[in-house]
Amino acid sequence: MGEAESIGLLETKYSRRNFIKGVIAVGATASSAGYFIGGSGLLGAQSVPGAAERLITLNVNGQQRRVDVLPNETLAMTLRYRLNLTGTKLGCDRAECGACTVLIDGVNRYGCSTLTHQVRGSSVTTIEGLENPDTGELSLVQQAVIDEGGFQCAFCAPGFIMSMTAMVNENPNPTRAEAAHALSGNLCRCGDYHKILNCAMRAAELARSV
Amino acid sequence: MAEKIIGTDIVPQDLVAKITGRARYAEDFRADGMVFTKLLLSPMPHARVRNVDARRALTMPGVFDILRADEVRQVEGRPGEASLTDEPMYEGQPILAIAAETEEQAASAIEAIEIDFEPLPFVLDPLDSLRPNGPNAYTGGNVFAGGEFSELKWTDADFAEIDAGRMPNGEATVEWTKGDIDAAFSESDLILEESIVHQSLTHHPMEPRSTMMYWENGKLHAFVSTQSAQRTKYALAGTLNIDPEDVVLVAEYCGGGFGSKISGNTHMEVPAVFSRKIGRPVMLRVTRYEENYIGRARPGFQSWLKMGFKADGTCNAIDLYIVQESGPYGAGDFNTAGMIADLVYTPQNMRFRGIAMYTNTPPKAAQRGPGGAQIVIMMEPILEKAARELGLDRLEVHLKNAPDADVEFGPRNSTLTSVHAKEALEKGAEIFDWAGKQALSGRREGTKRTGIGIGLSPYTAGSRGYDGLMVIRPDGKLYIHQGLGNLGTHSIMDTARPAAELLSLNWDQVELVWGDSSRGMPRSSVQAGSQTTHAHSRANHAAGMDARAKILEVAARTLGGSPNNYDMDNGRVFRRGGGASMTFAQVAERAIELGGKYDGHELPDDIHATTVPAANMLAGEGLMGVARDNYGGRGGVYSWVAGFAMVELDEETGRVDIKEYVAVTDCGTVLHPRSLSAQVLGGSVQGMGQAMTQRWVFDPKWGVPFANRLYTARPPGILDVPLDMKVDAVGIADPQTPVGAKGIGEPPVGAGGAALTSAVADAMGGLCLCRTPLTPDIILSALEGLEPPFTLEQHIG
Repeated sequence: MGEAESIGLLETKYSRRNFIKGVIAVGATASSAGYFIGGSGLLGAQSVPGAAERLITLNVNGQQRRVDVLPNETLAMTLRYRLNLTGTKLGCDRAECGACTVLIDGVNRYGCSTLTHQVRGSSVTTIEGLENPDTGELSLVQQAVIDEGGFQCAFCAPGFIMSMTAMVNENPNPTRAEAAHALSGNLCRCGDYHKILNCAMRAAELARSV
Repeated sequence: MAEKIIGTDIVPQDLVAKITGRARYAEDFRADGMVFTKLLLSPMPHARVRNVDARRALTMPGVFDILRADEVRQVEGRPGEASLTDEPMYEGQPILAIAAETEEQAASAIEAIEIDFEPLPFVLDPLDSLRPNGPNAYTGGNVFAGGEFSELKWTDADFAEIDAGRMPNGEATVEWTKGDIDAAFSESDLILEESIVHQSLTHHPMEPRSTMMYWENGKLHAFVSTQSAQRTKYALAGTLNIDPEDVVLVAEYCGGGFGSKISGNTHMEVPAVFSRKIGRPVMLRVTRYEENYIGRARPGFQSWLKMGFKADGTCNAIDLYIVQESGPYGAGDFNTAGMIADLVYTPQNMRFRGIAMYTNTPPKAAQRGPGGAQIVIMMEPILEKAARELGLDRLEVHLKNAPDADVEFGPRNSTLTSVHAKEALEKGAEIFDWAGKQALSGRREGTKRTGIGIGLSPYTAGSRGYDGLMVIRPDGKLYIHQGLGNLGTHSIMDTARPAAELLSLNWDQVELVWGDSSRGMPRSSVQAGSQTTHAHSRANHAAGMDARAKILEVAARTLGGSPNNYDMDNGRVFRRGGGASMTFAQVAERAIELGGKYDGHELPDDIHATTVPAANMLAGEGLMGVARDNYGGRGGVYSWVAGFAMVELDEETGRVDIKEYVAVTDCGTVLHPRSLSAQVLGGSVQGMGQAMTQRWVFDPKWGVPFANRLYTARPPGILDVPLDMKVDAVGIADPQTPVGAKGIGEPPVGAGGAALTSAVADAMGGLCLCRTPLTPDIILSALEGLEPPFTLEQHIG
């Protein structure tokens, strides 16, 4: 089976609607919960040999990574448990908090709600991929966070920083309200939004000066 | 001269790790052979397990074993929580655990377990438990005292009063009075009486309480999310009944706790015991869904408040009765609420009655400002109404009633080290332009009504008597060992500053050691109740003084003369007026040669027994500063936040937009301005969620919570708070502590929430809703003149 064909098959088998249905089914059981390594039978799909390739190549942080991925595995799980990129956090498993935000082809997306097989052929950037690989220099957004002393517990920080990165690429001249809107898919339970907005505005300022 | 360190903004030492993904939180650790455990959660709010059939589950692929309640520590003879139980006291309580190669296999095996449950009577609403013939949370009764359960019921007459919206006279388990409330009320010019409901709400830190553990050579290696590292090591050892020195605790980062992870958590026992049983590293990955149940919640209150005022706004009497929804294992919030009511309004005549009722709802625990946040959020709308009826300004009424440093409050006439509540109110009013904004109060534009509000919130902010431990090593640097947790308050860094200043070091000459018990942690306060800034700026000051004295002595013994001939700066000790000098690197080497007290081979007699192993570990590594905080002091340590808010309430949708917010704190000397701002505003934002959105919703028939995720009980998002908030500090040093700094974590929550309930009351023209959270349904029904329901269960169901 060719790659395009297998992606097509996957999209049929694991449409967004079915994915959400599966997730809801898991949430409704009292005795188990959440989100499993390697996916769950509750997602409505057994991993039939040959249904999809499991050994796939992902482009993560500019590197080609060969990785064994179950058909119903999410990107956040692949990153954390197969590629040991634990900077991507799981705060809710369910598209409620944004701690797992990564960039897929430059767009900020929830890693917990993206199937790994869907990102074949895309470039994935995680928090570990923001520093300059040659010099180790922090990215503009990371530098802005340092300048403003951003975040408290910082469990949400990787997700926010990925959303800020997408924001400054898209709109390096945001108003404070626009920045808030760009970051509204991320939750900070420490309530540190004032400082997070300061970081975002500083990041935009740095981006403009480049 | 070395730089000034106290009161400056620094880049926290852990920030680069946090923003590059290198910081490892508990669930980020891996170990060879690591397996996963999954919990089976009770589907019923109260039941007894009659039989467990795990035969099929145990034969499933990848499954290692099962862990049952009889294999973990059980609390006998009193209400107490175990990590696994055969008598679940709330829906979602863990019954057993399965370990398997993958998390999916463990979850599938959990699904395959068959349990025969005997359903038992349950109660969600504490008033239901007080009703004649009402259900009890425990089979033995609803009250536990003197080592046994009994039944406490109120009378039909009490409930007739409650149904009429009046204060009942049912038996309380806590009661205290001061002054003469009857005489005082007879002298009041205005008496207001309200029934008030404050909801329960979950803590929901961003990081769920995941834990990974393994055993190696008889030692437990524990990777835990906790607010307090050193104390968690001992708590874990106590639970497992092992030598604390056999626990290697790693807790370098904690993704928030807010009171729910004070000394780790109950369920960290599961991977510890399971790992010992199966000989593999075990990861307990807690999902948000599970966190909702086992992650703790703030207790809810149903209460009645009667307040008397003189014509000039003086509050001269308070009569307060609180019924607390305590979950299965209790909580102390209601007691604190009574104290704080007395402290904020100083009525001189007060009666407090309270009763905490067990309920079959998820366990309660201290949540940032426990008791205090609830009571100020509850009382502020009544103050708004009083000011309105007396024709006074709320700021004036607050200033008239706020305490001074000579305050005595609560049942034992407690005193405080310092109080600058009035300065905080005045400064906040100026920044917010309270006087100018009076014109906006009650303004209508289309369907929008504007309201402005004040919240004044005190809370405990310090403790005494902990230990500091630090070593100047032969590399010339000062290594400050912290036993605190690292939950984002920066107190690991900020409480180290006094020692650096005492030794005249620049900040880059200081290394902080934290979060790993194998590197040595002194006896520390639990990082809760805003104790840390005060407790550990003192402890590190004491140990810094010890190090300073030893450096001078080493210099004198090496270079001649007496210690007071010497001084130090920038990592060098030198003879005053010029002459011989030594670097700290040389001092460290010389201290090791001298041995004894200089390098930690002799320790002070008064340090805590749990500091000794840490100090022994570091003996001989350099010049040791080690001391107990013996600075003493009289009275409690409290900080204050005055919050000011402007809101716009849409009478068509019931939605409240927070337009502006200002907070000013009295927390003594400011150690770290930027971090302080974050604490004050972040805490205020949490209070906004408490006042406006977060709640439980139960199905009263089955006792099952519905609002069990973030989106159904939503904490504020970035669009829910003002774009630009302002914060400042009074900045007056506390006279009873060497650095002058008090804590700040707790008080902003009440300030943020109360400023909103006050502002909403103002927008509604003085209508006291007296129900939180102020969700659109509550606001709209009040606008339509409907009486809000009083029972906790109806309000949330």
